[in-house]
Amino acid sequence: MKNLIKLLSVLAFISLAVTTSSNSAETTKLLKTDWSFKGLFGKFDRGALQRGYQVYTEVCASCHSMKYVSYRNLGEKGGPEFSEAEVKAIAASFELTDGPNADGEMFTRPAKPSDKFVMPYENVKAAQAANGGAYPPDMSVLVKARGGGVDYIYSLLQGYEDAPSGITLDEGVYYNKYMYGNKIKMAAPLSDDLIEYGDGTNATVEQMSKDVTTFLMWAAEPHLESRHQMGFKAIIYLIILTVLVYFSMKKIWSRVESEV
Amino acid sequence: MSDHEYTPSSKVGKWFNDRLPLLTLANHLTDYPTPKNLNYWWTFGGILTFCLITQIVTGLTLAMHYIAHADMAFESVEHIMRDVNYGWLIRYIHANGASMFFLAVYIHIFRSLFYGSYKSPREIIWIIGIIIYLLMMAAAFMGYVLPWGQMSFWGATVITNLFSAIPLVGEGIVTWLWGGYSVDNPTLTRFFTLHYLIPFLILGLVVLHIWALHVPGNNNPVGIDIKKPSKDTVPFHPYIVIKDGFALLMFMIVFAFFVFYSPNILGHADNYIEANPMVTPAHIVPEWYLLPFYAILRSVPDKLLGVVAMLSAILILAVLPWLDTSKIRSAVFRPLYKQFYWILVADVLILGYMGAMPAEGLYLLIARVATAYYFLHFLVILPVLGFKEKTLPIPLSITEPVLGGSPNLATAKHKEDIVK
Repeated sequence: MKNLIKLLSVLAFISLAVTTSSNSAETTKLLKTDWSFKGLFGKFDRGALQRGYQVYTEVCASCHSMKYVSYRNLGEKGGPEFSEAEVKAIAASFELTDGPNADGEMFTRPAKPSDKFVMPYENVKAAQAANGGAYPPDMSVLVKARGGGVDYIYSLLQGYEDAPSGITLDEGVYYNKYMYGNKIKMAAPLSDDLIEYGDGTNATVEQMSKDVTTFLMWAAEPHLESRHQMGFKAIIYLIILTVLVYFSMKKIWSRVESEV
Repeated sequence: MSDHEYTPSSKVGKWFNDRLPLLTLANHLTDYPTPKNLNYWWTFGGILTFCLITQIVTGLTLAMHYIAHADMAFESVEHIMRDVNYGWLIRYIHANGASMFFLAVYIHIFRSLFYGSYKSPREIIWIIGIIIYLLMMAAAFMGYVLPWGQMSFWGATVITNLFSAIPLVGEGIVTWLWGGYSVDNPTLTRFFTLHYLIPFLILGLVVLHIWALHVPGNNNPVGIDIKKPSKDTVPFHPYIVIKDGFALLMFMIVFAFFVFYSPNILGHADNYIEANPMVTPAHIVPEWYLLPFYAILRSVPDKLLGVVAMLSAILILAVLPWLDTSKIRSAVFRPLYKQFYWILVADVLILGYMGAMPAEGLYLLIARVATAYYFLHFLVILPVLGFKEKTLPIPLSITEPVLGGSPNLATAKHKEDIVK
């Protein structure tokens, strides 16, 4: 048993060392908030997801694509869980180019739930041309693609400030205290009451930041809820099995004069 | 093989076994006499077998959905994560499984170092193990390239460029490895092929590793030769099977925690950005398990010598049985070696940390000192220690330390001398 405790503490130490060393140093302390999807039983806040989708589609989506997410995902379990009719209506509000048809012509049609989110620009070059050379990154896995994850996105959205004296900004460049290098080509996207929430929630910058970040977390990890649920069951199962095997082992080893 | 002859009890079994002695093999594996004092550090061999099988099974499943093409690889990984049933689970097991595999292999290697398991007559087991470790690093590196994220692309660029340090033919070799003039689609497809091949090579070597182990039998914490079978041994089944099973379950709990609750903590965020040859990431960092060697590579100012140092750091392990001149295996009876062992552990952890930090200023200085010490340990300290060290008396059998001393006058007297 003494050996076992030694072994466990070494394992714990190594995993701790590994996790701390893989987190690179952060420059500015990020803003924190209570995310409902963290922890053993973490789940998305359905209201926040629906509001977050509204922020994404009314604000972000004019520049940022989300090319790996489909409209049908919006109605799936563990997501914003819009009703089937709502998903169809949402999809139908976007037009996309399809084809070629039997005559060899391309045509436009309303999107269907099975389609991926329609992109704001045809391609990366078009996106760059429209945004002063900077490509607005695709948002499908954005929170996983940034050190600091959701806290970083949440902070960045609220991190716009006037540049401190001594820092000169070029045309179309803004100061953000959480951005790497503090210079960002995206103007502050949110301002109080920029949108009107369908559920009547007060649309402060903080509220919108939290909602849209929750939505982005779901977009990046659509199966997060089932992962947490399955994880809990799997670990409980393993613990019970481990205990049973431990006592079996004790019983078997009691036949020999040796300690396990 | 076992000393006793085995005959299957059934007629059919005997008929079959006379033609293909699989039942004899199964009997050998279950009866295999194992030292009864093996501690939990010895359970990692079984854990590593589990890791290999897990990687192969999840890898096969992923390969059914993954597309090895520079334009589609990243997208196909997202397809696996979103639309394939439980694709997220399979991919997270596979990705974290690599880290778990290395965690287990490092414990396994350092257990060997502590208890002198590499010493005569187990040199071949050890050398096969080092080859497995090298192949594991190759497989892991190429696997990390497959999602075709930024770290995939730039990691592949940095590592393949190391070969350009070879005089005269270096540039040609790099072009040959890439299948072109930069890391691109041909590089990805060949990495995928090799990533698929290597695990099966490892599997074959694991069979040899275990075969070679079964000739002299296991080393043990006391590090003495024991008679097999005897009072000092237990049959592999059920004693070791249940103990390995228990340890494996504990390991799986840690594994499950990573898979279900922090599946991305061991990876780099940049690998969720699709590969872009026009944008270089701020810091190119390999996966955590390669960091100590990355630190050694960067601590040498010359590129060729850096590569030589990095490769030597691994290959030096292969000649370890001859560098360590001490006849005593277990560090339990080597008071000085025990201290140097823990300094080496700290040294490797420091190297790992420095590998993750930018190679500049104080970080670089510490990395250089730690690199020098790493080689000093193997090339100077170990050979000298074998001659200078005053070792403690070793027991004559396992039963003695376990039962608290069988009457053995010589060792008892020696112990008294030390107390005085």
